[in-house]
Amino acid sequence: MNGAADLGGMMGFGPVLPEPEGEYFHADWERRALALTLAAGANGRWNIDASRHARESLPPAQYLTSSYYAIWTAALERLLVAAGLVGADELAQRRVLRPGAPVRRVLAAADVPAVLAAGSPYDRPVDAPARFGVGDRVRTRVMHPRGHTRLPRYARGKVGVVTRVHGAHVLPDTNAHGAGEHPQWLYSVRFPARELWGEDAEPDQTVSIDAWEGYLDPVDAPEQDPGA
Amino acid sequence: MADDGDIAVRVEALESILVEKGYVDPAALDVIVETYEHEVGPRNGAKVVARAWVDPEYRERLLTDATAAIAELGFTGRAGEHMVALENTADEHHMVVCTLCSCYPWTVLGLPPTWYKSPAYRSRAVLDPRAVLAEFGVTLPPSTRISVHDSTSEVRYLVVPLRPPGTDGWTEKELAGLVTRDSMIGTGLARLP
Repeated sequence: MNGAADLGGMMGFGPVLPEPEGEYFHADWERRALALTLAAGANGRWNIDASRHARESLPPAQYLTSSYYAIWTAALERLLVAAGLVGADELAQRRVLRPGAPVRRVLAAADVPAVLAAGSPYDRPVDAPARFGVGDRVRTRVMHPRGHTRLPRYARGKVGVVTRVHGAHVLPDTNAHGAGEHPQWLYSVRFPARELWGEDAEPDQTVSIDAWEGYLDPVDAPEQDPGA
Repeated sequence: MADDGDIAVRVEALESILVEKGYVDPAALDVIVETYEHEVGPRNGAKVVARAWVDPEYRERLLTDATAAIAELGFTGRAGEHMVALENTADEHHMVVCTLCSCYPWTVLGLPPTWYKSPAYRSRAVLDPRAVLAEFGVTLPPSTRISVHDSTSEVRYLVVPLRPPGTDGWTEKELAGLVTRDSMIGTGLARLP
């Protein structure tokens, strides 16, 4: 979706404010918001893409005026309510009104190190060979899906070159909506900055994105004149 | 930030609801915080970089299959399942951003700093990276090409900064001390000796 989270190329947010290494949290509630998000995720009722979509689909005014862990908290509340684990009335009244629903797993303290160190890989075997190889020219699709996507607006309809083939990965566009993993080949695609931003960009600067195969079309035919 | 006045109370209430309903173990929350506040952080990545600086074969493995090479040093897991290492050279400087959210290589750098998640960085790193670098106090020669990587998938990027001059004969441990977090994101350079 074209949400407020898709920030690449926007202006007016002011300078970047560097921070010393080792400063991770600015208030204790941020620590708890991070930990709650990871622990509730381990219940197995939603996946990483659904979680991102819950954040990125917050109303733009809310997204842009919330600190990062406040965004995480709002998204976690949404996910819990949507999964039927917590009632909106319980959030509003800040107390439990009915017993918990069954969940697949409750993350035990003793299991945390092993679970975090294991992670969860997103590559999947697929039968189809990769459509593109390193060096191929591709054009990203022009698309404005109502649901989740990982193709940023600034990189839609642009011509670039494949620089890496990562294997087939879970497709966030479907996975975010519980519509299946539908793994697709994933590529790094490099664009000249001028292709993205025009003549003001430095001539040899580049920007790369990771793009699933369905985001890409081959560039091998002369451009068609749509009026011809 | 506009909405944070009441957020501490809200998060506290959320925690007590989730604990009471049996979804989360409060002790597990403590372990998660401890892990990411004190154990997993950019010192991991610094060890990877220092190894690559002193060991050409390791460097080769890191550039070919970063996930496996990083796992050799014991760093695996969440937000590091699929790693790629980007080596800076005199001609090319890599810089990593996640314009859509905050994708970051947790296994080697830990949790991202606030600026990495901020609209200011996410909006401008792709559009005007040289100006963003200047805000970090980094001025590259005009002849150095800047390659920005927008982290849009579960693949996570680690920048291998240039080894500073005057460090011949330094041990791996000494070298790791020169490798800053920002140098591994590409918004900084390794410290000079």
